Amino acid sequence: MGSAPQGAEASTAAVVIEDLGKHFGDVQALRNLNARIHYGRLTGLVGPDGAGKTTLMRILTGLLVPNAGRVAVAGYDVVRDNDAVHVASGYMPQRFGLYEDLSVMENMRLYARLRGMDVEHNVGLFAELLDFTRLGPFTQRLAGKLSGGMKQKLGLACALMARPRVLLLDEPAVGVDPVSRQDLWRMVQALTDEGMAVVWSTAYLDEAERCESVLLLNQGQLLFDGPPQELAAQLEGRSFRLEDVGAERRAVLTQVLDLPSVSDGVIQGAGVRVVLREGADVEPLQALADRTKVRLGAVPARFEDAFIDLLGGGPGGTSALAERMPPVELGSDVAVSCRNLTRRFGDFTATDNVSFEVQKGEVFGLLGPNGAGKSTTFKMLCGLLRPTAGEAHVVGHDLRRATGEAKSRLGYMAQKFSLYGLLSVRQNLEFSAGVYGLEGGARRERIEEMIATFDLGEWLSATPASLPLGHKQRLALACSLMHRPPVLFLDEPTSGVDPITRREFWTHINGLARKGVTIMVTTHFMDEAEYCDRVAMLSRARLIALDTPDALKRSAASPERPDPTMEDAFIHLVESGERGMEAAA
Amino acid sequence: MNAVAPRTNADEAQVADLRRFDPQRLLALVRKESLQALRDPSTLLIALVLPVVLLLLFAYAVSLDARGVRVGVVIESQGASALALATAFSGTRYLDASFAHDRREVANQLVSGELRGYVVIPQDFERRLVQRGSEPLVQIITDGSYPNTANYVENYARGVVQTWRAGLDVAAPAQTVELEARFWFNPELESRRALIPGAIAIVMTIIGTMLTALVVAREWERGTMEAVLSTPATVVEILIGKLLPYFVLGILSTLAAAALAVFVFDVPLRGSLAALLLLSAVFMVPALGQGLLISSVTRNQFLAAQIALFTGFLPAFILSGFLFEIDSMPAPIRAITALVPARYFVDSLKTVFLAGDIWPVFARNLLAMAAIGAMFFALARRATRKNLE
Repeated sequence: MGSAPQGAEASTAAVVIEDLGKHFGDVQALRNLNARIHYGRLTGLVGPDGAGKTTLMRILTGLLVPNAGRVAVAGYDVVRDNDAVHVASGYMPQRFGLYEDLSVMENMRLYARLRGMDVEHNVGLFAELLDFTRLGPFTQRLAGKLSGGMKQKLGLACALMARPRVLLLDEPAVGVDPVSRQDLWRMVQALTDEGMAVVWSTAYLDEAERCESVLLLNQGQLLFDGPPQELAAQLEGRSFRLEDVGAERRAVLTQVLDLPSVSDGVIQGAGVRVVLREGADVEPLQALADRTKVRLGAVPARFEDAFIDLLGGGPGGTSALAERMPPVELGSDVAVSCRNLTRRFGDFTATDNVSFEVQKGEVFGLLGPNGAGKSTTFKMLCGLLRPTAGEAHVVGHDLRRATGEAKSRLGYMAQKFSLYGLLSVRQNLEFSAGVYGLEGGARRERIEEMIATFDLGEWLSATPASLPLGHKQRLALACSLMHRPPVLFLDEPTSGVDPITRREFWTHINGLARKGVTIMVTTHFMDEAEYCDRVAMLSRARLIALDTPDALKRSAASPERPDPTMEDAFIHLVESGERGMEAAA
Repeated sequence: MNAVAPRTNADEAQVADLRRFDPQRLLALVRKESLQALRDPSTLLIALVLPVVLLLLFAYAVSLDARGVRVGVVIESQGASALALATAFSGTRYLDASFAHDRREVANQLVSGELRGYVVIPQDFERRLVQRGSEPLVQIITDGSYPNTANYVENYARGVVQTWRAGLDVAAPAQTVELEARFWFNPELESRRALIPGAIAIVMTIIGTMLTALVVAREWERGTMEAVLSTPATVVEILIGKLLPYFVLGILSTLAAAALAVFVFDVPLRGSLAALLLLSAVFMVPALGQGLLISSVTRNQFLAAQIALFTGFLPAFILSGFLFEIDSMPAPIRAITALVPARYFVDSLKTVFLAGDIWPVFARNLLAMAAIGAMFFALARRATRKNLE
């Protein structure tokens, strides 16, 4: 086409996006987008929730039609040569798109045939894909019975049938544990080395950092296009860390975030990582460090720092919620405990002999690969599932005998927020107040308080689905805190949530912990594990490690990797745990 | 355009083939759908167990015939004629008469529902019978809360009295015309024979419309449709691949139901098996088309099930002439039944089972079913595009 620039650079473009616009009704999902994606490269499509990542992916696959502009994939226009786009590209949707009641092999055969491959003559490719995805031993297993990570690998194998030249992966690592994530990275790296163009969309910023090139989207607009290091370099000299803050780190973080010169701050183990605003002076931060008698050191900028900075910085450090909460008084120092907790489903042991104690006011993380028994353990601790053996106590109540009493002392926030879609925001609040037995004046008062604290006033008659993500999360948190529980259970509270919303969420959690609320949390985000006081690591139903984040990281240190990240520690622990179990067996 | 990215020759060849209907892809989709149907216990339950249950229900539990209706006969007169009339009531299998001498006894039983009606043979029955010019008086009381049964009891009791009276030559006027009724196609007037062919239509509607609406909506709901749409498979292939297995399942289910009807429930199959299969096959067109349309529009299993229930199953039950005769419906409702494909199928099934191969009747019905089916498919094809818009 005449509008496409000629030249050597253009001829290597796998995807050409020109003046692309897309709207759904009044909502402008993408506006005036111009970008190029190249062969032999891993390109990250990065942005917060609702930035337009999935819309762009679907346009690239030919599943949505652009309203303005033009998009070509592997040289084919997505509208005019729609069929050709389906041949030249492989696509893995955000939701697992394979048939759960078909086996691994049946799914692979189906996709091979749909892509016009002769299955009998391509035995070699099948063997190669199975080897590549390490799914070889599971070919007869139904896809629905695979773990989250294995499902994604199978999705990838199916998208790779007939060797597409452009591979489009929509948030392939959501809900996938670090070990499986590493496998996915390895596979994608091998594909780009062969010359394939791979587009990987993600809200995980550590993933963006590993891409060779990123397209950063926000509210349908392209904010940055280039290598992630280039963006991080713009922040050079603005990233610092307060070292060894220790027990006071939550309080220090609050003070740091309330400084006008600070753009962003997060807890990293015992330390606090800080990013200054552009052109801001380091002096106020240094003063704070001196006051609290901790060392302030400069650290290299990360992609995430630049990302948050580009979006205008993180939220403030003070949680209005925690401000209003009275300090928690408990009879004992132990808020949650379990001893020899075991749960079997038939022959399968989901939780095997797990014991630990959680102190009052502690933030306690439960980590593990998919299928390690996190959810099962968690559900037993909050009284949703009866243990096969062993016992669990919440604020002194035995969950086997006094489930009702125990439940009235705990708040529970389920994955995906579990709000009632057909009730309005106010009705959701009223329902949870009612279900926790609040009545009359106390009930009205508490609901009004939640509305004021979480700034839900203008959304009262809206449905939860129409709320912006951050508000949806606030509402879910408000519902689970309605009865001011001394213990709060959070089951993957931030899965699929963008970094800004997650920061706001952790501000509340930190505030609550400082008031003495005990927080139990499961997560796949390794940077969130850093917020925890202690982390319990589960693998294959057993507790393999229980310590502070810093101690866990130290345990994974080796000569090649003197300063391991939480993710390195996780992979190291899971792998050595598995080796240990295999040796014992 | 050529400058933007290199295309390969293999690509070009494959793209050229694309728009063509590809039997290999269709076969892969059919195989996938069959595997899923066989593995999903609810599919087999709906396709094989439900028909058997429905047929058993219609064969044994539901009966539109009134037999052995419980009535009371109050004999207040002690005369011989009164006793003879009372005996006439016990001589029929359609009524189950119990006798009493005081109407208060039976009145309570009527109130409590033990009796559906009662007949009073009054004290002056004998006297009036003998008196010339004065007709004997018999009172019939029925339970009006069951209007059909009440009507039936009244008519039947009247009939018993008249027959009894005709048997006396005393004062009866000589009968000039004798009516002799014959019921064609179903000489014993057994409702089972008319109901079971209709029940097959219900079963087919469930499989064709409900099951199809559910399985297609499930693909949208689980996100598998998005993945399949991103492959080179065409919309027509995806839809046919979806429908073919359920078409076969529907035909198998019909055969099973027909075998059950003929060999277990003694319903005669007077027409040919070929005609039955042709009728069923053509009925599957509107049934599947409707299911497809519903699921394409809703893309949600719950909604699809509800809509299929209200637009497929209930009309097939109520407006098809299966339970309620269309001729006795008011004109506007009768007009609506013209749009219910099951109506033509029920009519055809009754014909093929009870009357035989009457091709003029079949032709009319086949045409109507095919026309409605074509309309549904055209609408469904428009509602399903190969994208997510």
